[in-house]
Amino acid sequence: MDRNSNSYTFIYAAIMVILVAAILASVAMALRPMQRKNYEIEKKQNILASVNIQASATEAEEIFAENIQNMYVVNSEGEKTDGDAFNIDLKKESAKPLEEQRFPVFEFQAESGLKYIFPLRGAGLWGPIWGFVALNSDMNTIYGANFDHQGETPGLGAEIATTWFEDRFKGKEIYNEAGELVSITVTKPGQEAPEEHSVDGISGGTITSKGLEQMLLDDLGNYQEFLTKKKS
Amino acid sequence: MSEPLFSKKNIKLLSDPMNNSNPITVQVLGICSALAVTAQLKPSIVMALSVVAVMAFSNVIISLLRNTIPNRIRIIVQLVVIASLVILVDQVLKAFVYDVSKQLSVFVGLIITNCIIMGRLEAFALGNRPWPSFLDGVGNAAGYGVILIIVGFARELFGSGSIYGYQIIPDSWYISNGGFYANNGMMILPPMALITVGVIIWVQRSKNRKLIEN
Repeated sequence: MDRNSNSYTFIYAAIMVILVAAILASVAMALRPMQRKNYEIEKKQNILASVNIQASATEAEEIFAENIQNMYVVNSEGEKTDGDAFNIDLKKESAKPLEEQRFPVFEFQAESGLKYIFPLRGAGLWGPIWGFVALNSDMNTIYGANFDHQGETPGLGAEIATTWFEDRFKGKEIYNEAGELVSITVTKPGQEAPEEHSVDGISGGTITSKGLEQMLLDDLGNYQEFLTKKKS
Repeated sequence: MSEPLFSKKNIKLLSDPMNNSNPITVQVLGICSALAVTAQLKPSIVMALSVVAVMAFSNVIISLLRNTIPNRIRIIVQLVVIASLVILVDQVLKAFVYDVSKQLSVFVGLIITNCIIMGRLEAFALGNRPWPSFLDGVGNAAGYGVILIIVGFARELFGSGSIYGYQIIPDSWYISNGGFYANNGMMILPPMALITVGVIIWVQRSKNRKLIEN
């Protein structure tokens, strides 16, 4: 057969495309359950990390099931609504109008009292950043925080996902004395900010730090009604 | 025809790219990904292994198909083969070594655009039988991987003070703890990867003068 004829070329291309599509589709379907599982385990690890429990991938499921027994969904008015708290995608929620958005809440019973864990999602320098922040039952003091990112610069912005940075958030307060939500400022050297509402930023990671600051303010703001209700 | 599997000629296919025809330092191909993933050692190693897998299999597949591929769409056929293999590698990494696949993020996908792979398909696999093509693929990918690992090692050591994630420089040396040492933040940024590759090229050429073009 003439390898340079048009019909040969067309048939060849068509067969190739169908074959490749079939192979890729079947592999993707075969691996999907494992990938979903990895994703869920990672999320559980992150939630646990925000309440200062370090769990390895193999034991995360068990520890999560033991410790995080109560999770629910609230709306922007702070009322509980229906929904699967664990599987809510914050990215999809943020695209909806505010009244329709739903926000997950996870509860964790620590020795020092009940903690509330809130998921966050924002923008870093190169891509999305996300995390979980746990508040004490006074709904003001941060008990722990966990952050992660998609593609921040290693050694610079990517440092937000390290424990030494996350630990700086412990004990900080998100409300000022007048009762306004001020969240936490991530400061640069020389920048004035009240001690209890700020943490030291990362040198060379300014845009990621600022993105994180904005994420905390925006996403905790979404829970404002819920926080107020729980506080009173 | 009855050439032994590891004849001298075949061994050369494996060893040459490690040395005098290294894809990165001699042919200066595949620089983009070499700069991007080498800030730490672990992603460098996984990237090297992924490229070995993609390159060896794409070379073999193209070599098997070499007498059927219509000449006018051969580049497209090569791309389809490479892209499918890369997607397979990406899916497998996501399923079995999730943490590493997260670290490599977009760079696995960018293996598709790695000039070394297409270069070898065009230059070698289209004209040779599967076994030599396989060796050529493994050799070139390993030559690429070796440089990646050297650069990753240097950048992680000087940029973060650790190797494979383990802290090497004692904590007490750091200025923040009253010591005298500070990590070189430049090492983490891509420009220093380029300079590190440049140093490797310099060393190689000063050892082997034949490589110096006039």
